[in-house]
Amino acid sequence: MTTLDTTHDLVGRGNREGAAMFREWFEELDNTAKTGGQSAYVFVMGSINEILKTFDLPVVFPEINSLQTAVRHVAHEYLEEAENYGYSPDICGYVKADVGTQLRGGEHPMAQIPKPSLTVLTNACNTYIKWAEIWERMYGTPTFTIDIPGTRQAGKQTWQGDRDFEADRKYVEVQLRELITLCEEVTGKKFDIDKFREVLGYANTMSRSWKRILELNNAKPSLFSALTDGTIFLGVANGFRGTEEGAQYFERVVEEMEYKAANGIGQTIDEKYRLLFVGVPCYPIFRRFNELFTEWGGTFVNSTYLWFASGGTNRGFEYDLKDPVASLAEGVLVSVRDAMDSMFHQNEVLEDMANDFDVDGIIYHPIKSCRTVSTGLADGRKHMTEKLGIPSLFIESDMMDRRVVSEAQMKNRIDAFFEGLESRRQQTLSDGKG
Amino acid sequence: MAFAAGVDVGSTQTKAVIVDEAGVIVGRALIDTGANVIKAAEDSFLLALNEHEIDEEEVEYVVGTGYGRYRVTFGNTQVTEISCHGRGAVHLFPNTRTVVDMGGQDTKAISVSAEGEIVDFCMNDKCAAGTGRFLGAAAAALDIPIDDLGPVSLRSTKPIKISTTCTVFAESEVLAWIGKGKKIEDILWGVHKSIASRSAGLMRRVGINDEITFTGGVSRNLGMVRALEERLEKPLNISDDCHYMGALGAALFALDHVLTGRTPVSTVSGVTL
Repeated sequence: MTTLDTTHDLVGRGNREGAAMFREWFEELDNTAKTGGQSAYVFVMGSINEILKTFDLPVVFPEINSLQTAVRHVAHEYLEEAENYGYSPDICGYVKADVGTQLRGGEHPMAQIPKPSLTVLTNACNTYIKWAEIWERMYGTPTFTIDIPGTRQAGKQTWQGDRDFEADRKYVEVQLRELITLCEEVTGKKFDIDKFREVLGYANTMSRSWKRILELNNAKPSLFSALTDGTIFLGVANGFRGTEEGAQYFERVVEEMEYKAANGIGQTIDEKYRLLFVGVPCYPIFRRFNELFTEWGGTFVNSTYLWFASGGTNRGFEYDLKDPVASLAEGVLVSVRDAMDSMFHQNEVLEDMANDFDVDGIIYHPIKSCRTVSTGLADGRKHMTEKLGIPSLFIESDMMDRRVVSEAQMKNRIDAFFEGLESRRQQTLSDGKG
Repeated sequence: MAFAAGVDVGSTQTKAVIVDEAGVIVGRALIDTGANVIKAAEDSFLLALNEHEIDEEEVEYVVGTGYGRYRVTFGNTQVTEISCHGRGAVHLFPNTRTVVDMGGQDTKAISVSAEGEIVDFCMNDKCAAGTGRFLGAAAAALDIPIDDLGPVSLRSTKPIKISTTCTVFAESEVLAWIGKGKKIEDILWGVHKSIASRSAGLMRRVGINDEITFTGGVSRNLGMVRALEERLEKPLNISDDCHYMGALGAALFALDHVLTGRTPVSTVSGVTL
């Protein structure tokens, strides 16, 4: 095959295949709903897909369902449905779009969404707990909450070999064993340890590959947009974790990115400014939001979203298949803790990211309907400005609600940010000449 | 003699400024923006030209700014009003390091370098609390002309505290105070203090440094100048041209091009909003 053919085949393959897999996943959910099959409702920060896939339970991510209504420009219909029912405008937009979906009997632009047979959640987001209670009240769904001991103090995480870490790991392991028992009760199937090992093996491949993909994007020019392309990878990372298709997909994305890096093939625009994105994307104007930056040659090379919304699997933790349940507990502890840290104790990781990826600016995107992810961003921005002096932009909108997304105001701020970056760059160049 | 122009199409008013090669303002105009934004830009430009009977052909470069900057159809390029207010303020008051721009629908706090470059900026978010609209709502509720708001407020002896920051609710709160028999000047001073408090908060987010220059339409309101100075415990730079600061900054960016050939930093694609 010629280089030209290889380029044609490889470049953009991850996006094409990811989008197709995403549709397949929803087709499966549609089929499950229509045939009255079982499903598990889970969340991106600690889905415990590894156990659920062992029991062949299709997974539903209500967060992903909700953001899809925004991407497809119908979120307002779902939000209004929940608000007309009595939910406050101030409640999480993801929750309300899901409530709207449930009130419509599972009707969703991607598929018919099945009702939950089981809900599994962690404490990574406080809203998860209140959200699951809604399904418990609506359907009487069994709800299993896994309490993950997070970081007690920034920069003071415990690790393997530490007594506290071992106590935390055991605490998680006991809960996972209880979840296995509950899955046996809900599905009527016995837990198959061999299948579990196989699922963990696939998850290992995916985590290893995901870490590699993120690292490769420090290439100049960067290989993929952490905002747009990265979100496609995230969809597969969540929906297909622990599956053979998911593992193969991520190996193929590594292949694509290594090829692009080796051949200097960057994103589709000329990269002038390398940016970090902090927060949750603006889904109501998802593509346009990205364009507001690419028009200036700004590319997103990494984001905290790719970390916490992949449940911390960016760490690349690999399970020990010889002691699978204990090792899953360790992986869940380390990864979910990391997901929480990338929201709540993000200064150190952002410093590393800024240096490793040689960034020109940081974009903070606090969102109205999520105080959990937005509250600490002002402190983070101040820290990064004072410590590294990297220019940053703070733009507030929402991940779901177009009523609080003002494109004109956003553009004004973004243009002014780039005008500042450009004039500083010109000044530096002219000082250098002088 | 070559000239350069800046046209600032704001949400409420459109301003145009013509400068000569020395950066001296030789023409200025101010009109209501209204519904026809393109016409407002053209009319303000022609009015500014008329002030010193300058021919349109003598203006070598035009920069559009403000929310309607992409509607300045005869403009050569566009620059945001954030950059323009910073540039203009440092031109008029060279020691300016913080700019507070209060316009019809936004209030902006801008931190600038000695060269007039933007170091940081912060704006009110998606509501008009703490902006010119807030004052407009109070003027409507009290049925007095906007230009009288400042002078009347300065007569206050017992200011009341306005608790709402919502422009829509401000009107009902003002009416409620009238119902309680409070004097108009005391209510108005409360309105000014409320806006000053909110604006000072924005300024603290970018850092308040010497000197502070107050720009935008509301800078003409002496009540607001006093309220901000009291709140910040610092004097503010103001001048009659502060209302034109965005257009002046745009004209100076245009002048850069006339004198050096340097094109102002801007997006290349003509995005319509």
